Amino acid sequence: MGGKSVSLAKGEKSKGEKPKGKKSTGARFRDLSLWFVLVAIVSLFFADIFLYQPDPWEEFTRIGWGMVTPFWPDANELLMSALYTVSFALLGVAVSAALGVLLAIWFHWRVVRVFSAVIRSVHEIFWGLLFMQVFGLSALTGLLAIIIPFAGIFAKVFSDVFHQQSSATVDTLAGSSRLSRFFYGWIPQAWPAMRSYIRYRFECALRSSAILGFIGLPTLGFHLETAFRQGDYSEAAAVFWVFLLLIGTVRFWFYKKLLPAYLLGAVFMLPEMPPVNASFVWQFFTQDLWPSPLLNGDLPGAMSWYGNVLADEVGPALIQTIAITQAALVLSGVMALAWYPFASRWLVGRYYWVGRFKLLVLRSVPELMLAYLFMLLFGPSALPAIFALALHNGGLIAFLLANHSQDASSQQRLDSPSGLARYFYQDLPQRYPAFLALLFYRWEVIMRESAMMGVLGIATLGFYVDSAFEEIRFDKAFFLILVAAALNVIVDSLSRRLRRAAGLKTPRM
Amino acid sequence: MMLRSVFAAAAGLLMSAAAVAETFTFTAIPDADESRLNARFGKVADYLSEQLGVDVKYIPVKSYPAAITAFRNDQVQLAWFGGLSGVQARALVEGSEAIAQGYEDQFFKTYIIANTSTEIEASDELPEDIKGKTFTFGSKGSTSGRLMPEFFIREAFNASPDELFSRVGFSGDHSRTISQVQSGVYQVGAVNYSVWDTEVEEGKIDTDKVKVIWTTPTYPDYQWTIRGDVDARYGEGFKEKVRTALLDMKDEDLLASFPRKSFVPASNDDYAPIERTGKAIGLLD
Repeated sequence: MGGKSVSLAKGEKSKGEKPKGKKSTGARFRDLSLWFVLVAIVSLFFADIFLYQPDPWEEFTRIGWGMVTPFWPDANELLMSALYTVSFALLGVAVSAALGVLLAIWFHWRVVRVFSAVIRSVHEIFWGLLFMQVFGLSALTGLLAIIIPFAGIFAKVFSDVFHQQSSATVDTLAGSSRLSRFFYGWIPQAWPAMRSYIRYRFECALRSSAILGFIGLPTLGFHLETAFRQGDYSEAAAVFWVFLLLIGTVRFWFYKKLLPAYLLGAVFMLPEMPPVNASFVWQFFTQDLWPSPLLNGDLPGAMSWYGNVLADEVGPALIQTIAITQAALVLSGVMALAWYPFASRWLVGRYYWVGRFKLLVLRSVPELMLAYLFMLLFGPSALPAIFALALHNGGLIAFLLANHSQDASSQQRLDSPSGLARYFYQDLPQRYPAFLALLFYRWEVIMRESAMMGVLGIATLGFYVDSAFEEIRFDKAFFLILVAAALNVIVDSLSRRLRRAAGLKTPRM
Repeated sequence: MMLRSVFAAAAGLLMSAAAVAETFTFTAIPDADESRLNARFGKVADYLSEQLGVDVKYIPVKSYPAAITAFRNDQVQLAWFGGLSGVQARALVEGSEAIAQGYEDQFFKTYIIANTSTEIEASDELPEDIKGKTFTFGSKGSTSGRLMPEFFIREAFNASPDELFSRVGFSGDHSRTISQVQSGVYQVGAVNYSVWDTEVEEGKIDTDKVKVIWTTPTYPDYQWTIRGDVDARYGEGFKEKVRTALLDMKDEDLLASFPRKSFVPASNDDYAPIERTGKAIGLLD
């Protein structure tokens, strides 16, 4: 968006014309948005979009009926898996937040930044699949799958939070060590923001924990997947409602003062750990994860191995993953803009809570669950993935925008327009920078999720990862996971650059 | 129970494979109806416990590789595997052995099924008309839902499924293959004959919408595989005791979990054809 910037000097503005060459902020946002829309439209031609199900309505009716007739034969079983879900989430967040603080303190070191970016670029499900090979279906697998990526995310966000604080307090601690400056200066100051982010992350952890059930851990996702797979929609609904209830009522059952008790309880709740064979762990990381020609020092052989994987799997998977991401990103944006006014009191009046409730449900339901549902309806093409990603992320962004819109009530003047006029001429233009910033922030997340959705049978990177695990080819699975990670690191840095170029601030979550 | 688990894990790490568990654990690949696995296989665990005189536990797994991993990691010592998953598991655990198979597994077969809207007629040869249709296998690592049907399809048409069909999917399990072909999500599919026959009997299949169009030649399939070190850990002759307990399982209620008529002896060699086929289509190295 650089362009020539001579026009202002020539005084063209005084004639009441728009300066040529130098674009206004609005025009910059418009161009940026249009570019993304264009890319998304092109993506649709590459994405594998196909309606398998000739008659989805029959299935749809059955799912709908199941949703209103939830039923579970064994309450104890359901309760246990709900408790497992909470335990994994609690311990996962507690440990990863602590690690995140440590990483954030040394975030000025490039190696720490890169390390954090890499560990958060691998999806929980992929971490889970990897650790399952060594630690089995155990508590350790579930905990590590949450702790590792979450620590990377916490590191990035905490570091952003520290940067937003005033340095006045910390300046008085000049001369003391880096650690003291953080623990006596930055952290106490940033604590309210950190606490609210940890709370949000706990909700995410509940989602991740539930989702890990899809690969076999004993959390709610385990029963949900089974029930869906068997077409027992009443049972699926029972698990689903329990999960929503769990997330929706966090603030009623989570007492800060009882945190130590909760953590202790969570430790005792964790499922039992099978014995781990040290030589086996060693063999997994030093042998199994690497292609045999590489281990034998056969360089040409290794090259051809990587070449084959790149051509046969990585190529087609990348096209699908990127196409789905771009389409879902733009669709999320469209949905967010269409939905948020319905959840803002200033725009729709007193029924705003209906819209709010809808957005809360959408943001609470993990993408993978939504995708699974849509896959039952439309079959395993890119379509369910795009819809699921757009619904979840659109709902999440709309929810935040609605909050921003409500907070802007002080700008309500007597002559403020109402309804549509207020939306188009006042609220939307005011929200747009935050909207773009949030969307760019979610870009990386959407990419990670769309790669992972392959485990459902949609031909993104996850599909090939899953196949490689199925064929007990850990070397291939590991390489594909690394590719997915690299893709995320690239998107993350691209998003940061675009945000900076467009003059967008770090969004308020 | 985490603290204990941590200690157990630490001890395990230090002593390396010195077994702390005296419980004998088994699992089964989730190949069809996955509901109430705990209730169904819990009964099998009770039976084995009674016969063997040790604590026997069943743990449910979500996928074929998870079953193999549990076996390799010694989380389970005994597993009900498919033909291919058994070969994969035994390749990973030295000394492990196939000890029994279902009576039906000596001559197992796959049905190729089609949605009736395709108007493909049943025949003795694999019908040409399946070309260009959408097609679903079962789980990616399934013998009857993937390996053998893919082998016979390649043999008949001298082309890979990707070249032959307009779309190839993996439903995940046999029940789901049936429901997806029945509902038209896919036009043609490959399914374990025993799951199909059982579900037809139970009235779960609408035979006006989906029917069998071809049956593959027979091949060996599911089997019980046990780790090689069980005698050292559970006492001399333990492996034979397990084999006897399985062969003596006569209760129809227990056998229905698999579902099999009875169990008969088996050996690793019985599965050589599966291994060859796996190598032929590139699923095994």
